[in-house]
This record gives sequence, structure tokens and C-alpha cells, in this order.
Amino acid sequence: MSSIGAQMPYVLTLFLFCLGVYGMLVKRNVIKIIIGMVIAEYAVNLFFVLAAFKFGGRSPIFSTTDKELLAANMVDPLPHALVLTAIVIGLATTALFVAIAMRLYEKYGTFDIAEIRELRG
Amino acid sequence: MTPGSAIVPLAVAIPLGGAFLVALLGRQARWLPDALGLLATLAAFVLSLFAVRLVAAEGIVVYSVGERVLPYGIAMVLDGLSAFMLVTVNIIAFLVAIFSIDYMERFTAKWQFYTLFLLMVAGMNGVVVTGDMFNLFVFLEIAAVASYALVAFGTERHELEAAFKYAVMGSLGSLCILLGIVFLYSYTSTLNMADMARVLAAQGRGNITLLAGALLLFGFGLKAAAVPFHAWLPDAHPSAPAPISAMLSGVLIKSLGVYAMCRVLFNVIGEMRIVQETLLFMGALSMIVGVFLAIGQWDLKRLLAYHSISQIGYVILGIGLWTPLGILGGLFHLFNHSVFKSLLFLGSGAVEYSTGTRDLQQMGGLRVKMPVTGSTTLVASMSIAGVPPFNGFWSKLIIIMAAVQSDRLGYAFWAVLASLLTLASFMKVMKYAFFGKLGERWASVKEVPFFMQLSMIALAVICVAGGLLLLPDVQKVFLEAAANVLENGTAYARVVFSEVQ
Amino acid sequence: MSKEHEKGMSLIVKKVTCLTVGLILLYGIYIVLHGHVSPGGGFAGGVIIALSFIHLMLAFGKEAAMKRLSESKASLFEGLGAVSFLAIALLGFTGGYFFKNVAAKGDPGALFSAGIIPLCNIAICLKVGAGLFGVFVALVLLKFDTEKK
Repeated sequence: MSSIGAQMPYVLTLFLFCLGVYGMLVKRNVIKIIIGMVIAEYAVNLFFVLAAFKFGGRSPIFSTTDKELLAANMVDPLPHALVLTAIVIGLATTALFVAIAMRLYEKYGTFDIAEIRELRG
Repeated sequence: MTPGSAIVPLAVAIPLGGAFLVALLGRQARWLPDALGLLATLAAFVLSLFAVRLVAAEGIVVYSVGERVLPYGIAMVLDGLSAFMLVTVNIIAFLVAIFSIDYMERFTAKWQFYTLFLLMVAGMNGVVVTGDMFNLFVFLEIAAVASYALVAFGTERHELEAAFKYAVMGSLGSLCILLGIVFLYSYTSTLNMADMARVLAAQGRGNITLLAGALLLFGFGLKAAAVPFHAWLPDAHPSAPAPISAMLSGVLIKSLGVYAMCRVLFNVIGEMRIVQETLLFMGALSMIVGVFLAIGQWDLKRLLAYHSISQIGYVILGIGLWTPLGILGGLFHLFNHSVFKSLLFLGSGAVEYSTGTRDLQQMGGLRVKMPVTGSTTLVASMSIAGVPPFNGFWSKLIIIMAAVQSDRLGYAFWAVLASLLTLASFMKVMKYAFFGKLGERWASVKEVPFFMQLSMIALAVICVAGGLLLLPDVQKVFLEAAANVLENGTAYARVVFSEVQ
Repeated sequence: MSKEHEKGMSLIVKKVTCLTVGLILLYGIYIVLHGHVSPGGGFAGGVIIALSFIHLMLAFGKEAAMKRLSESKASLFEGLGAVSFLAIALLGFTGGYFFKNVAAKGDPGALFSAGIIPLCNIAICLKVGAGLFGVFVALVLLKFDTEKK
């Protein structure tokens, strides 16, 4: 299981996280910062779901009450529920960010974070 | 479960219910948001006092939400440290709620303020009480997002800019915390803190625990504004309205940052030398950098924000020493700092309410016109500078003694130096703001309204009486219970499990 | 531009919306009510219900959507959803524990089963749906001081 092909999804997800963090820290446009945060948050959620994966597993839904098929070879269902919560939290944070960004544009007239620097010292 | 243990979920449910009721009914009557806010925080404060009694009587209380079988359900654990933090958070929340009755009259839509405020209190109570890793993350996010919105509450230019920068850095910290939790879950296959500690002790910590610990240290350190993650604090805390600055500086960075860091690094991951050294270094660095950056400040609230960084450095230094005396000193300083830093921020809010300015060079001689504000700020300044017999002196003394006792004389020296510089800085504040000649423009300044005075006097009384917490009987129930939890480290898991089985 | 654009999108979009928006709402309600037997639940269903109202607003302009769900009604539903969720959780105290599943549990896989879970789903759907619609309205209809002239 430790072939490089099997590790690629995890590596790519963490690469996506690094891209998102790069966007948050380096980009100057406020909207790009928000998009960077959204990408990073999706990457963490994706990584969480990937951490639950089992090779050859099926999705953790009881589509029948037949006792024999219950829980046979399912992937781990707990991260699925946790990721649902994390997505909701991300939605709330994004909505707040966008609202702050819109008001910021109203007050400062620009989306460039390098010019929004009145607090210093 | 005894009937008394029902207070554990109620500590979260009551502020949450208050927040939802204010959101639903807040527009009906003008007095309704104030009344509900006061009622909810008072109820939470009384519950926290009962929690201390409960822990003293019964030891660790484990409450399984929904009566699910542990460790597959969500557990809420009330031990000495949780009860200690509950009292700290709720007493400050109650007194700040009293203060905001008058202070927030200037803002429209007071009900929105109370909704967000009670949500933040509910989130902080949840962080302190929970025994489950992902639940910790959820409550942490509730409190953090509510605080981002509260910093931007006035929607002026500076508030929005500060809120945006605070929100970006805060969410970066939260993402790293979530990533750390994901790594820990994938290694131990459980989310319950006690179970995770047991599995880590049995399976041995691999490299992945080191990575998860580093990520969690980064995330929680960013929430606690330890240097080098402090860059958001000097912008966010001054720009918020004064009661929110008091809550943020007083309890949010402690509950979300220091408490969560201690709980995860001590009780779940267990003792690691590299973690201890990092904590000591971060603490000392925060102490020095905070106080050096604060000396040159003329904006009152920005100066207080830099001093927050410095005092949190004391707390982290005390806890990082990992001796019984050190942890006791660190936790005692955490409580004291909540009290006197909230008082200082509320005092600065009162000054701003009456005079409209935060610039120290423009103020002068306000003691004549605002005696209550002046004397309470004097009490708080002496506490933070470590003047006996106020409470700051005792906790700083214990930390320095603990540092000397464990042969860390370098850190003890830096602690004493930072304390002297803090004293100098606050003498400057008192001289420029309150003593001296009364400026002509302040001739018609009045004292602040009744509720604001009431909360400031109450906090000042706690500052003076804080040393009484070191009396042997009181100390055993309150401070030592908290310190013992951290000291026991992963023995926490054994005790929690014995309650469960 | 023609006056048509002030009140929403083109004729084709409006006709298709007339046909589909009711189905979207119904589908969202289906996902909420079957949350305990199939994937979905309160949050996903609430998002779909909010999307049906947003769809209406995008296609017909803001008057049509606000007539059906004004801001104050959305606020009321949101508060009701939150308070009822907390009330359901506190009802667990009658069984002795916070959030305990005290209602009758039928056979697994049936529609009326699993105790309080469908009720929690409905409460969450109200909160999320009204909340998301309120967020959309607040962000889209935000009038800046510069534009208010």
C-alpha cells in the first residue's frame, strides 16, 4: 500500500492546502485572500475525508436493513460527519469575510490590502 | 450521574439559549437584550461557582451527551482546570455584560451585540468543558467567528481593517488546528481526549504526533497571541469596542489559546521535552517583546494590547516550567490577568466614553473629574505592575520563585526585567491620563454612568482580594485542583476512564 | 439595456424557473424529512431550500423573491429554528440527559423512526435555509453610502 501512486491523493491534498495558505499570506487583493482561505479549508476537509478511506471499502450508508451486509467493509463514517460540520463552519466564516470585505471596500475604496494600512505602530 | 452534574451541559446551553432568544425577540423591547444578556451571564456565573463545589466534592465529573456509550459519544469532562476556567470566563463575562448596558448605547442595534456576545461566551464555555477533540474545534470556531464579528461591530474604518486582519490570521490558526486534529485522529482512531491519551501512551508516539503537536502548537499559539504569532493582537484589541476588548484580552485568548494548548499538549499528547522547551522560549520571548513594544506607545488601548502579549508570556512561562509551583503560578496569573486586564480595558473604555480620545498625550488630570475610573485604573495598574499586596504581585512572585527553584535563572531574570518595565509603562499611563494638571478641554467631563462604575468597582475589589486565593483552604479547592490536572498529564485518561467504566 | 434586465433575466430563464423552482423546494423538503434514512439531513436540505428562493430572486429580480419571503420573515424562521433546536436538546433532560433521544424510536429504515433526529433535522433546515437566504439578501442588497444618493 505504500506505492507512490497510493500516496498521491494525500500529497496533492496537502499541496492544495499549501496553495491556499500561499494565497492567504502573499496575495494583495482582498478577494484573492478570501479565495485562498476557501481553498485551504476545502483542502483540509478533503484530507479529512481521505483519511477515512479504506481500499476496497464501500460508502457508509445503510441502504438496507439486511443484517449480513451491515458494516461489512465500509469506509470510516465518522470523518464524513465531521467534515459536514467543518463545511458549515467554513460557510459561516466565508460569509463573514465577504461581508467585512464589502464594507472595507465601502470605507477605503480599494481592495488592495497594502493600501489598507492605517493601523500601525 | 448525579443531578448536580447536569450543570455541565447547562454551562454551554444557557448562554446559547440566551443568544438565540435575543436574536429572536431582541427587537421587541428596548430593555429586552440587556435583561436577557445579564440574566444569561449571571446564570452562567452562578453555575460556574457550583461547578467548583461539584469538583471539590466529587472529583472529576464525566458527562456523556445523550447518554451514549463512551468513548463513542461526545464526553463533557469537568475537572479542576475546567472549573477554574469556567469561573474565570463567566465572572468576566458577567461584569462586562453589566458594563455594556451603558457603554453600548451609542451603537445602534444593541441586540446584535448581545447575540454575538452570548454566542462568544457559549463558545468559550464549550471549549473549557468539552472532553472531545473535534467538539473543542467546533466550540473554538463558534467563539472565534463571533469575536471576528464583534471586533468589526462599529463598522468604522479601523475596526473593519483590524477585523479583517484578525479574521485572516485567526482562520489560518483554526485550519492548522483542524489539520492537527485530523492527523491525531488518523493515528489513534478516536476523538475522545481520554481515549486518545490512552492510545498514544499504549501505541507510543510516532513522528506523526510530533507533526500534529507542532501544528496544534502553531494554531493554539496563534489564538493565544504568543510571539511570534502576535501580529494580529495590537490591531484587533484596540479597535474593538471597549467591553469586547476586555473580553478578548481578558478571556478569549486564554480560553481558546492557553487552555486549549495546555489541555491538548499536557493531557492528551503527554510530556515531551521539546514541547516544554518551546513553551518556555515562547513565553520568555512574549514577555520581553510585548513589554518593549509597549513602552513607546501613546495610544492607550494599543499599549494595553501589547501588555496583554507580555502577560500571556508570563502565563506560558509559568506553565512551561512544568513544576507544581510553576503551573500553580501560571494558572494564578491567568486568573489575575483576566481580572486586571479587563479592568484596564474597561477603564480605557470609560475614558473614551467621557472624553472621546485614546491618545495619552491629549489627556491629563482626569482623576479630578472621574474619581471612580481613576482609582480603579490605579488599582489595576498596580496589580499588573506587580506591586504588593495586589493580586499581580503574588502570581508573579510564584512564577519567579518557580523559575529560580528549577534552576532557570535566565528566565527568572527576564521575568523580573519585564515586570520592572511594566511598572515604568504604567506609571507613564497614570501620570499622563489621570494625574497632572487638568486640561482645559476636559473641564466639562463627567463621571461615567452607574453600571459602568459598578462593574469597574467589582473588578477592582477582586484585584485587591485576589491574594486571598492563596489561603490554604481556598487554594486547595480552586488553584491546586487546576494545577494538579495539568501536572498529572496523561493520568487524566486513567481517571476519566475509571469514571466511565 | 432594455427594461427587461432590471427585473431579472431573459424570458427563457423565467419560463424554466416557473417550472423548476417548486420542484427544487420540494426536493429540499424531501432531503430534510428523509435525513435519518438516506444521506442529506438538515443542512443539505436547508441549503437546497435556500437555493430555491435564491433561484427565484436571480431569475425574477428581487421584488418577486422578497414578496414571498421577506427579510423579517427570514429572520423569524431563523430564530425559531435555533430556539427549537435548543428546546429539543433540553427536552432530553426529561430522559435524564442533555440531548438524549427521548422520542419513540420505530424500526430502522422507516420514515417515522429514530426519535428526535427528524425533529432536529427540521429545526436545522429552518435555521440554515433562512440563514443562507438572509446572508444572500444582506450581501446582494447592501447599499453603500456612496450609492444611496
